[in-house]
Amino acid sequence: MIRVVLPAHLRNLARVNGELTVEVAGPTTQQSVLDAIEAGYPMLRGTIRDQVTHKRRAFIRFYACEQDLSNDSPDTPLPEAVATGNEPFLVVGAIAGG
Amino acid sequence: MSGVRVLVGTQKGAFVMTSDAKRKQWDISGPHFTGWDIYHVKGSPADPNRIYAAQNTGWFGQIIQRSDDGGKTWNPVGNKFAYEGATGNHLWYDGTPRPWEFKRVWHLEPSLTDPDTVYAGVEDAALFRSTDAGQNWEELPSLRQHATAPNWAPGAGGMCLHTILLDKAHPDRIFIAISSAGVFKSEDAGKSWRPANKGLHSEGIPDPNAEVGHCVHRIAMHPSRPDTVFMQKHWDVMRSDDAGESWREVSDNLPSDFGFPIDVHPHDPETIYVVPIKSDSEHVPPDGKLRVYRSRTGGNEWEALTNGLPQSNCFVNVLRDAMAVDSLESPGIYFGTTGGQVYGSADAGDSWAPIVRDLPAVYSVEVQTLR
Repeated sequence: MIRVVLPAHLRNLARVNGELTVEVAGPTTQQSVLDAIEAGYPMLRGTIRDQVTHKRRAFIRFYACEQDLSNDSPDTPLPEAVATGNEPFLVVGAIAGG
Repeated sequence: MSGVRVLVGTQKGAFVMTSDAKRKQWDISGPHFTGWDIYHVKGSPADPNRIYAAQNTGWFGQIIQRSDDGGKTWNPVGNKFAYEGATGNHLWYDGTPRPWEFKRVWHLEPSLTDPDTVYAGVEDAALFRSTDAGQNWEELPSLRQHATAPNWAPGAGGMCLHTILLDKAHPDRIFIAISSAGVFKSEDAGKSWRPANKGLHSEGIPDPNAEVGHCVHRIAMHPSRPDTVFMQKHWDVMRSDDAGESWREVSDNLPSDFGFPIDVHPHDPETIYVVPIKSDSEHVPPDGKLRVYRSRTGGNEWEALTNGLPQSNCFVNVLRDAMAVDSLESPGIYFGTTGGQVYGSADAGDSWAPIVRDLPAVYSVEVQTLR
C-alpha cells in the first residue's frame, strides 16, 4: 500500500480527505504510483502530469523521505519507506507568485 | 414559473445566481471550484439542467466540470485536449515560429439541439468537440491546419479561440473567432474553414487586404437573422449582412470603439449592446464612467445607458465573454467586471442594478432563461 499526499486543490477534485492510498503491482516508481493514482482517481488525469507526454507539470514537485524526487526518471524506484507505506509520496504544488 | 439562472466564471471560482422573472431578488450559490480560474460556464439550450464549466490553474491544468442538475452538483468529465496529428507552428510575439501547445479552454459552446454535444475553443487556438457530454474530446483539425495558420499570432491574452457561434437555421454553419487571427467560417460543420475578415482594417497590419491577423474580440448574431453578424474588434465595432463575407464599420458616435463584449437584444435583431473601453493600452472606461451603449439601428447611432451604473471613479473592464442577454419578454441584460461586480438590467438596459458587488474578477457571464 502506497500512501500519497496531494495538494488541497487536488484532494478537493478527487474528493478525498487527508492521504489517499493506492496499490502498485511491481516496482514502486513515480510512474507506477502515478498510474495507480490516475486509475483510481480518473479526475486527476492531466493535473499532475501531461496526459500525452507524461511529463510532470511545471508547477508540480515530488518529494518523499525529505528528498526532492521531482527530476528523477519516472522509472527510478522510490525509497523503500514509500514502497512499504512507512512514508508518504508527496505531490506538491510549487510555491509560485510574487 | 419563469425565471433566469446567471452563470458567472471568475478568477477564483464559479457562481450560480437565480431569480424569478422580476429579477430583483437573487439567490447566489458559490464559489464552486474555489481558487480556480473559471474562464467560462454555459448551459445547454436543449436541456437547461445541463451546464458545462471550464476550470483551470497554472498548477494543475485544465478540468471540465459538468452539472446535470442546473448547477447544484458538479462532476469532472474528460479533460484530454490532444491536437490531432502534427501540431505545426504559429507565430510567436517576436515573429519566430512556435509549436502549437494546449494551454486552456476559453469558451464552451453547447449544441443548440443536443445536450451531450459541446464545442470547446482553446488556447493555442483550436476547436474541439465532445459528443458524449464532455467525456471525450476530439479536435476538428482542419481549422488549425488551415493554410494561413502558420501566420496566426497571439494577442496579449494568448492565441485563443474565444467565440463559437452556432446557427439553428444553418446547422452546418459555424463561426469562430481567434485573437489575433480573426473570424473563420465553416459551412460543413467544421470539416473545412475559410477566413471571414474582408472589410476589417487593423492598425499595425500593413496589408489592407490581409486575410488574417485581426484581433477580433467578440462576434454575436440574432438567431432570427443569422446572416447579420456583429463584431467588437480590438478597435472598431463592425457589422456584416452577408454572413461574414464582408464587414463595415458601425462605431460612429461611440466615445471609444475599443472594447470586448458585444451582444444582441433577444427580440430585436437590430438592437445591440457594447461596453466602450478607453483604449487598448488603458483598458478602463472613458472618463471613469461605466456605460453600456445601445444601438437600436444595428449600429451607427448609439445611446449611453447609465441609470444605475457608476458614473464617476469607475475603472473596471468588461471582458469578452462577460455579457449575456436573457429572452424574457422584458429582456434582461447582464455583464460582469474585472472589479467583481455583476450588473443586471430587467428592462433591456434602461436601468441597472448590481446583482453582486464583491466577487473576484469576472471572466464570463452567461444566462439561461427558465420557463
